[in-house]
Amino acid sequence: MNALPVLLAETVSDGGVWASVNRTFVESRWAYPLLLVLVVGNVVPLLVSFLVWAERRGSALIQDRLGPNRVGPFGLFQSFADLGKFLFKEDVTPGHVNKVLYCLAPAIAVIPPLVALAFVPYGRNVMMADVDTGILACFAVSSLHVYSVTLGGWASNSKFPLLGGVRATAQMISYEIALGVSALAVLMVAGSLRLQDVVLHQADGWTVHGETLGAWSRFLDWNVVKQPIGAIVFLIAGFAETNRHPFDMPEAESELAAGYHTEYSSMKFALFFLGEYAAMIVVSALFTTLYLGGWTLFGLEDVLADWVRSSAPEAGWINWAQVVEGVLHSGIFFTKTLALLFVFIWVRWTLPRFRYDQLMRLGWMRLLPLSLAWLALTAVGVGILR
Amino acid sequence: MATARPVLEDDPLDHALEPVTPSGALARDRDGEYMTLNMGPSHPSTHGVLRIVLELDGERIVSAVPDLGYLHRGMEKIAETYGYNKFIPYTDRMDYLAPVSNNIACAMGIEAVNGIETPPRCQAIRVICTELGRISAHLLGLGAFAMDVGALTVFLYTFREREVVYDFMEALTGARFTVSFTRVGGIARDLPDGWAAAVRRFAEKIPKTIEEDVELLLTTNRIWVDRLQGVGVIPRDVAIAHGLTGPCLRGSGVEWDLRKERPYLGYENYQFDVPVGRVGDAYDRYLCRIEEIKQSARIIVQAIDKLPDGPIAVEDHKIRLPEKRKVLTSMEELIHQFMVVTEGPALPAGERYFGFENPKGELGFYVKTDGTGRPARLRMRAPSFVNLGIVPYCFRDAMVADTVAILGSLDFVMGECDR
Repeated sequence: MNALPVLLAETVSDGGVWASVNRTFVESRWAYPLLLVLVVGNVVPLLVSFLVWAERRGSALIQDRLGPNRVGPFGLFQSFADLGKFLFKEDVTPGHVNKVLYCLAPAIAVIPPLVALAFVPYGRNVMMADVDTGILACFAVSSLHVYSVTLGGWASNSKFPLLGGVRATAQMISYEIALGVSALAVLMVAGSLRLQDVVLHQADGWTVHGETLGAWSRFLDWNVVKQPIGAIVFLIAGFAETNRHPFDMPEAESELAAGYHTEYSSMKFALFFLGEYAAMIVVSALFTTLYLGGWTLFGLEDVLADWVRSSAPEAGWINWAQVVEGVLHSGIFFTKTLALLFVFIWVRWTLPRFRYDQLMRLGWMRLLPLSLAWLALTAVGVGILR
Repeated sequence: MATARPVLEDDPLDHALEPVTPSGALARDRDGEYMTLNMGPSHPSTHGVLRIVLELDGERIVSAVPDLGYLHRGMEKIAETYGYNKFIPYTDRMDYLAPVSNNIACAMGIEAVNGIETPPRCQAIRVICTELGRISAHLLGLGAFAMDVGALTVFLYTFREREVVYDFMEALTGARFTVSFTRVGGIARDLPDGWAAAVRRFAEKIPKTIEEDVELLLTTNRIWVDRLQGVGVIPRDVAIAHGLTGPCLRGSGVEWDLRKERPYLGYENYQFDVPVGRVGDAYDRYLCRIEEIKQSARIIVQAIDKLPDGPIAVEDHKIRLPEKRKVLTSMEELIHQFMVVTEGPALPAGERYFGFENPKGELGFYVKTDGTGRPARLRMRAPSFVNLGIVPYCFRDAMVADTVAILGSLDFVMGECDR
């Protein structure tokens, strides 16, 4: 009866087939990224569910209410209860929709933001895909998100979703430009498209004419200090890009009923919901990486990591020091990201909504010229100081 | 993004709408250029069951036709069958944001027919209740308005304050919402202990609360200002021509408030200002409502400070029920009680129109009595109904997003509109 555990124990201690396969895998260059994919790929949906909870509790805090407080401590598991509800709801596909696109749209809502998160460095070694053109890849993937809204609105074959979808398409494409241009200024300063380089650049102090200034400059090295205008434009465009309030035209509840997802129900609706929050996480993560020094904290992250490394157990199959360092770095990263996400929530429950034409005017007449001017200014600055 | 529409010859809806379509859009519709968008009757921001048929050119509105009547309950006919006092609970369901104001307006309309003058204490209590109702209605109007424009939190803040008004109503009448407080010739009961002091504290506090929780978030907010200024402009003459009343009229710069123009309930003895707008846009109407809340609070404080003692209803027991204690002991009072309950108040034949400044505008009661306990005719001039007449005018050439801002600024109640 107990042959199997014994067998397993023997093989492992023997360094039998199982162990050798295992070792080969661990030593291969796939093991670590796959582990990361597993961890990060699960962390994000989990983060989304807690973000929904945070949004509801946060709004309640702002509005003198209690918010969800029944499921689990402080209502923490409310999102899972909601998810259960969504799963058991009838999945209605109205007769008048274009079925293929109708079913495709919710999937497109979720996949691009999750993929985009693969390019973001969560720590020195915590990165799923270290692509040389990381920022481009990130933008390329995350801008696919617009298709979900467009197709969702179009395929629904109904008037309110159509208006929502059309608005969203115009809005997201317009703001994508301002977003890209302000990110371009960052890349100019960092001199690299690789996101890891952008992060490291924000941690090594100011370099003027090839000379690094004193240690104090490390504290002023985040791009949000060096690129204040760019950071503001990026953040505003980021709000618009994710259809967040005050730019939530596509769904503008009071005008368009529920906008592009009016005709969706059950899990398909939940996917739109998930996608929206995942997109929010992408923008926050990108802002953290580009402007808030990513996983760095004025060199403190290395001091801590060194201390941990000195007291960590010897490296075995698992390099504990590396794991702890990774957790530490991504802890710093996610703290910054979560702080930013709170700003998203805070703004949503404070401001009224733009009108569609005002939103387009803001995008094209204000943000785009501003970001272009800032790009030119950055180019001059980089030219002089380098 | 215009969607082609089939030729409209056989579309009964359009034939029904044709006479009232303002810009002749239907004629142009035949080339399939405009998109018809049906807003309501169940739409998040039509405040009840208003239906508006919009003709859209992209996001721009070519024409708008309101379609009313989804909440019609035949109230005027009910009044003819039920009699005076029994009709008062029905008025709760008209402007259900300020039920107590409707009660009082209805009772006063009936009293006005043969000039019944209620005692001073009754009048003062009616003033306090009316102004509480106005504060409550305007708070909801502002909250819903802000919510439609996207500032969701303001709605919760104003509702929090409305809860206090509800609590006052509960203490006074036993009901939070449908209060049915007045009777012909007086009010149902006197103030409970400590009520006046609590209301006074609330009235002193509310202007500051409004400043902190509503104005700070909205009045100078760039998005809010951009959304409202120049939107839904109603020029002075247009407002008068459409017969608008209440904040919608005053927002257009017409200083017309029945409390000042034809004082009733002793309003001439209170000091208050009538705020008026300059441009007549949604923003002006918003500012008017904010200011009216503050002025109502002023009136409440004054009314409570000089609240007279005395009876709360007329002494004529042919109109108002006698005291219950006396009914049980004395023959004459028993007869009066029997007659008032079964036959209704004894009002001689006559007819009269009485206009009352309700939160939404002039709530008019035209009552024709025939000497029986029931009105021969009771016609209500509902301010929301008349104010909604401006919708086609305001909506023309507006954006889809403006519809909610305009509807919010007109602040109508369908219960009153459809009656």
